[in-house]
Amino acid sequence: MFRRERPIPLRGSAAPLCNNLSVLQVPSRNLTHFGVVHGPSAQLLSAAPEGVPLAQRQLHAKEGAGVSPPLITQVHWCVLPFRVLLVLTSHRGIQMYESDGSVMVYWHALDSGDASPVQAVFARGIASSGRFICVGTWSGRVLVFDIPAKGPNIVLSEELAGHQTSVTDIATEPAQGQDCVADVVTADNSGLLCVWRSGPKFKLVTQIPGFGVPCPSVQLWHGTVAAGYGDGQVRLYEASTGTLHVQISAHARAICALDLAPEVGKLLSAAEDTFVHIWKLSRSPESGHTEVEHCHGECVPDTQVCGARFCDPSGSSFAVTGYDLAEILRFSSV
Amino acid sequence: MSLRTLPLLFLNLGGEMLYILDQRLRAQNIPADKARKVLNDIISTMFNRKFMEELFKPQELYSKKALRTVYDRLAHASIMRLNQASMDKLYDLMTMAFKYQVLLCPRPKDVLLVTFNHLDAIKGFIQDSPAILQQVEETFQQLTDRYGGLSDGEFQLIRQTLLIFFQDLHIRVSIFLKDKVQNSNGRFVLPVSGPVPWGTEVPGLIRIFTDKGKEAKKVEFKHGGHYVTAPKEGSFELYGDRVLKLGTNMYSMNRPVETHMSGASKNLASRTQEIIAPNPLAKEELNFLARLMGGMEIKKPSGPEPGFRLNLFTTDEEEEEAAVLTHPLLGLALSLLQQDQQRNKELARIMGEFEVTEQPKQSASKGDDLLAMMDGF
Repeated sequence: MFRRERPIPLRGSAAPLCNNLSVLQVPSRNLTHFGVVHGPSAQLLSAAPEGVPLAQRQLHAKEGAGVSPPLITQVHWCVLPFRVLLVLTSHRGIQMYESDGSVMVYWHALDSGDASPVQAVFARGIASSGRFICVGTWSGRVLVFDIPAKGPNIVLSEELAGHQTSVTDIATEPAQGQDCVADVVTADNSGLLCVWRSGPKFKLVTQIPGFGVPCPSVQLWHGTVAAGYGDGQVRLYEASTGTLHVQISAHARAICALDLAPEVGKLLSAAEDTFVHIWKLSRSPESGHTEVEHCHGECVPDTQVCGARFCDPSGSSFAVTGYDLAEILRFSSV
Repeated sequence: MSLRTLPLLFLNLGGEMLYILDQRLRAQNIPADKARKVLNDIISTMFNRKFMEELFKPQELYSKKALRTVYDRLAHASIMRLNQASMDKLYDLMTMAFKYQVLLCPRPKDVLLVTFNHLDAIKGFIQDSPAILQQVEETFQQLTDRYGGLSDGEFQLIRQTLLIFFQDLHIRVSIFLKDKVQNSNGRFVLPVSGPVPWGTEVPGLIRIFTDKGKEAKKVEFKHGGHYVTAPKEGSFELYGDRVLKLGTNMYSMNRPVETHMSGASKNLASRTQEIIAPNPLAKEELNFLARLMGGMEIKKPSGPEPGFRLNLFTTDEEEEEAAVLTHPLLGLALSLLQQDQQRNKELARIMGEFEVTEQPKQSASKGDDLLAMMDGF
């Protein structure tokens, strides 16, 4: 059972984008940071455990030529071995900041070179793997940035080709042991998933085809890919082989966000049908198969959910954003 | 975000405008031949070939203010005149209706079915004019050519672009409040029952597979909603059963366009805010408007055809009340678009000093002062 906690007010409503909530837990300082995209601006705020907002900051996409201020597509914290960076993607390029958003340490302008006039140019999909930050783009290319332990000397180290349509989301997990085969998965608008092994040179491990249905959100847990689709399905695959293990008819509308509480194997799915579901992933000891159990379903009435994240490592609390909603809703288990 | 959105936005808003005008023309007992002329003139202007060509070019969506100017011009494409207050009301109803339709589309590509519903109804208005009918059918063909082959992912981007355009619009519409599709806080009701979108399975099933791909186990879970399978898919052909009701005419003699001023002061406050913040992109938008409206052929009323005024309100007094509260501000907004940036700042400063009060008499005199000031520039 979950109960609603006090919501956290936002300066501006959340934009109807997928994965529109990033959460950075800082247990040592008893703080939680939230990041939400409003449109041409994104809001960062930090809150104490009871949800009392403490500090807030607004970031804007770097201007450029165009009719109106460029829209931000995503904002996300990347936890690297020696530092935390905040990454902001927009229709102009990629901005990286120190974790509190105070200083921009890097700017990468998107190259719209071979875009046809009818194609929108943007970056979207952000995740970190070891010392790398991966960012997806409108063309399907995934940019890999090599991040030093400190300072602004960030270098674009590689451009991954694997997708033919716009990247939607990227997920990573720490390498599971020496013989880990796959630790990064990228998803796109056609539902195609690419599974990679990170390193100085990324290696494509396998591709899991989509069927034309977009995959807006993806997660990776213990070698299992969890993917949410535009038709409301959540599917779990073996990352190294692409074998389908579980298929859930989870939602009645497009899924907009997935999140993981990796320590306990909990998966959160949120969709435009106003529902948020929590699932427990496990491996059956006899068959070795990945299994899924439904734990909880929460309806956020009349709200087209656009972002959802766990707020603590045990998955006992989560936060939700919705289109047109100027607050972050919080739930915690009783 | 998506550069393919403008034609869908324009055609659907235009469709809603025609539903409302048609209903008000009948409610005001405008003679049938005059009413038909008005609708024919507007529709023929909307579907003019040159205009459609500009519309279908890949481009970003412009601001609500810029788009509003296009509809102002369109509404005056015939012998009918609308006061500012009625034009405001018309635009509010149009935008909230289409916002509702986009939000409730089961699949992103269903926005195309909504567009076809509007076009089907428009064809009904001009049955007796084969030339205009031909223009509408050509547009149908263009829509099918441009959007028929788009992927689900591209429609998802179009949907997001439209919703971004409508973000933070919460004007309360009486007909929506009555039907309980809108809450009293202006938010739309999102039902958790009914048919799932075509292509989506009813939620509630977990299927577990073996390594060989065989289904090993099936487990049900309680989803929380009350969904059923979709009966059939709507048709994307020139003629066909669209199945979807969104985009069909919700007004009729029994369900008129309601016009009372509930929540008007709230709407005014938000509109004032929009106007006071100077728009630094006015020049770019003016270029867009010039291009777009260059393709619009507005027929000048010729001969002894007398014009008439359409009222979106029940009585002239109601319209006057609304006009007095909003007209000076909107007159100013339109002139803001036409003046350069320096003047924008000066006017905005003056606007900031103008306080909106509830008493019509007081506003009227302040409004006159502002108009006098504008004449001085």
